[in-house]
This record gives sequence, C-alpha cells and structure tokens, in this order.
Amino acid sequence: MIRISEEYCKGCGYCVFACPTDALKISNKINFRGVSIPLIDEKACKMCRLCEMICPDFAIVVEEE
Amino acid sequence: MISNKELHDKYIKKAMMPSILCAGCGNGTVLNATLRAIDVLDMDLDNMVFVSGIGCSSRLNAYINADALHATHGRALAFATGIKAGNPKLDVVVFTGDGDCAGIGGNHFIHAIRRNIGLTVIAINNYTYGMTGGQMSPTTPQKSISTTSPYGAIDHPFDLAELAKAAGAPYVARWTIAHPLQLQRAIKKGLKNNGFSFIEVLSPCPTSFWRRNKVRNFETIYNWYKENTVTIKKAKEHPDKIPIGELKNIDKDEWTDLWKSLVSEVRI
Repeated sequence: MIRISEEYCKGCGYCVFACPTDALKISNKINFRGVSIPLIDEKACKMCRLCEMICPDFAIVVEEE
Repeated sequence: MISNKELHDKYIKKAMMPSILCAGCGNGTVLNATLRAIDVLDMDLDNMVFVSGIGCSSRLNAYINADALHATHGRALAFATGIKAGNPKLDVVVFTGDGDCAGIGGNHFIHAIRRNIGLTVIAINNYTYGMTGGQMSPTTPQKSISTTSPYGAIDHPFDLAELAKAAGAPYVARWTIAHPLQLQRAIKKGLKNNGFSFIEVLSPCPTSFWRRNKVRNFETIYNWYKENTVTIKKAKEHPDKIPIGELKNIDKDEWTDLWKSLVSEVRI
C-alpha cells in the first residue's frame, strides 16, 4: 500500500521518475501548497520501495498490506 | 527495510518538519540515505555528532534528533577534527557542500584528509552557492550560467572525489541522488571505515543552478543525473560523462589511533 503525506509532499515528482513500474503518475490533484500530488496505481506496484528512498521529504510510505 | 514513517519517527525532529528545502532539492534524499545507513548499521544516535558548515547542505543536521554543531563557513572539518580528537569514541559525521568544502574550506579539507582522522564526510555537490543566490562555486561546470558568470563559466571546475583520492583519503565514493540505494550503501561503508571517508553526492539545485541554466522541468533535471553519469567500470568508454561509484577503499592508519599509541609510548 502506497501512502503519500499531503502535508509533506512538495511535488518534485522524483518518486514518479524513479518508479520502474509506473505505479506513480503526475496528477492534477493539488495539495494546500498548490503542488501536484502523484497519482497511485496500487496494482502496478512491485514493492521495490525506490520511491521511499528517493523522496527528499519523507512524504511517501510503501507498506505491505 | 525501514519505512519512511518509522525513519521519520525514530530519527527526525518533528518540530522542524516539513523541511525548508526547495521542491526538487536533493539534500533531503541525502538525509534519507544517511539515516537509512545509520539504521542498517544500528548505530546509537547518542554516540554520534553531526557537524556542518554554512549552506543549504549544512541545514541537514538540524533535522536529526542527535547532537549537532553548526560551525562557521568552511570550518566544519576543523570543528569535527576537534571533536574527534577530544573524544575518539564518538562517530562524527560531517555534512558539507561544494562551496563550504572546496571553496572556503579547501585547505581544511585537504589537511583533514592528510591527517586521516576518522570522520565521515558527506559532500553535497550542487554546482552552485545555493543559499546566497546562485553564485559560481569551485565545482560549477564550464559554460554554465550563474549570477557571477552570466555569459557562462570559464573556470576549470574542481573534481572533489578525485581531489580527496589524490590527497590520500582511504574511502572515496561518488553517487548522485538518482542512485539512492547505492548512495545508502556507500554511506554505510563510509561509516564503517575507520579513517577519513569521503562521499560526494551530486545533487540538483533547481532554484539557483538549473533555473538560471534554463532547465525548469524536474524530469529533465532528474534525467540529467542519470544520463550524464557512468559507473567507473565503463568510464573509459564514456570520457565525457562523470564517473560514479566507489573510487577508493583501502585501510590506512587513523590519526586518533596513532595518537593513542604515541601517548602510551612516551608516557613515563
């Protein structure tokens, strides 16, 4: 399960570019900062957790259900 | 593997978050990799000191729930040397930037390496003086635009990892923020190495460096770090790209150990 903290996310999108399976996509969903929060596709996620390691703001969490 | 939430709860000062760093800044990734390396090695934060100089990179130790020292510009390594010499049992980690380490603190840098004192130095190279508004730094690549080189830089840049290697550091590695797992492993090896370990991280500064060089898309920035770097095994085939990887890993006598043996030798 991928969760993204809207409070911490600054919308750099590095998680989207790093994702090898396209489980994350740039979306039109805007948070209170006015930046785009990535769109999550749970089925495509292979749990490599590269997005967690690259996130500069500790905003993304990938956990097994 | 520890999740970001557990990492955040265990090591980060909650009152300081979210960080002041700009969107797209790579410093947070370096902090993330450092904390993951510390967690894998199961190191005690109470036995660690984080030292930094001045600059955006030097903000990082303020976010860690451990003792930190924010020193004067360029003098992070001098202060860290003092801490390590005063209490060799401490694990001292230095966060420094290209301006701090190679610019104003260049002499402290080569002499800390020459002594081979047991510090782990993480130098975040973003090719610019980011905090003061994007002036040209000693590592700014030729032809790139900054506020003090509006027609393109003509100076030859420093290669920090090669400089550390030539000065005699026992552990030298270079990675980018686009390689977070490898960076984490390099920091882990650096922390385990007894002597001076130097890890250079190529990290983007979208606000001060890339914006002036007319790159305003985070994807282009991220891909630049993937496309313009090559692992040291293939470096000979691509001489125009930046070699990344573990450049040096040897054993060398550490300064505080030598000091201890000297004291036991001469004490009456």
